[in-house]
Amino acid sequence: MNQLDGTNLVTAFTPLSGLSGGILIGLSAVLLMGALGRVAGITGIFAPLLGRWRPDNAWRALFLIGMLAGAILTALLGGFDSDSMAFPGNPLTTVVGGFLVGIGTVLGGGCTSGHGICGIARLSVRSMVSTAVFMFFAVATVFMLRHVIGAS
Amino acid sequence: MDKLTALFAGLLFGAGLTLSGMVNPMKVQNFMDIFGRWDPTLLFVMAAALAVTYAGYQMVLKAPRPRFALAFIIPSLQGIDERLIGGAVVFGLGWGLTGFCPGPAIASLVFGYWPSVWFVIAMAAGMAIARHLFLGTDESPSDG
Repeated sequence: MNQLDGTNLVTAFTPLSGLSGGILIGLSAVLLMGALGRVAGITGIFAPLLGRWRPDNAWRALFLIGMLAGAILTALLGGFDSDSMAFPGNPLTTVVGGFLVGIGTVLGGGCTSGHGICGIARLSVRSMVSTAVFMFFAVATVFMLRHVIGAS
Repeated sequence: MDKLTALFAGLLFGAGLTLSGMVNPMKVQNFMDIFGRWDPTLLFVMAAALAVTYAGYQMVLKAPRPRFALAFIIPSLQGIDERLIGGAVVFGLGWGLTGFCPGPAIASLVFGYWPSVWFVIAMAAGMAIARHLFLGTDESPSDG
């Protein structure tokens, strides 16, 4: 489906595939640190590619290509049904939200992966604070959207 | 070998995001809807990823240097500042509004839905502007 048409609003709680996927993400982070000495934060990997080319952008581009391939492969092997996807809001909220995510992640130095996983795993106080703040504001935003404004 | 490892690490990351369902923004937004259609899956993804990363970092960071690089590049910034908090607030608003954060949004491009494309273009624009305003042009985001 495209933007909301009323289907796929409810998603099933899937703890086993959640745990399995989480383990794969963790293994990726450990591999990237052990082999290249880098944090597996998607903001830190993607944002530098928007500037002038530099030698250490090569591994970043390859990581992202691998990420796209991993998504395709998982769906092809039956690990994910892309027909189940649904996109909250409308094209305007999607663009505004994307813009806010771009500004916020660069300003705040990282996102769910860089702060939420890699940062907390190395017991960084900055990352713990950042994760608590962005989680709180995400939950508050959804509460406003769904239970005050009444969006689906 | 370092290039191949980066590619493979990305593959694992994308597979994890997809298998866990995190590439579906409605599933992520339902996690945030604690008082409504709550789907706790994201909590399990984060917990498993954190446990593996914490244990794995303990092991690999004992080595004098990474296998295929000269040194570990570990974020060195300490202390809580306005940028960290302000950035997290703005990011949280956008994440809640859309259900997308950077990794899942980029990975979801392969499924061919327009909202993924709009989101990633707008996110790239936001990142480019924030880099221009807040960072030196060649500087990376500070923590990840």
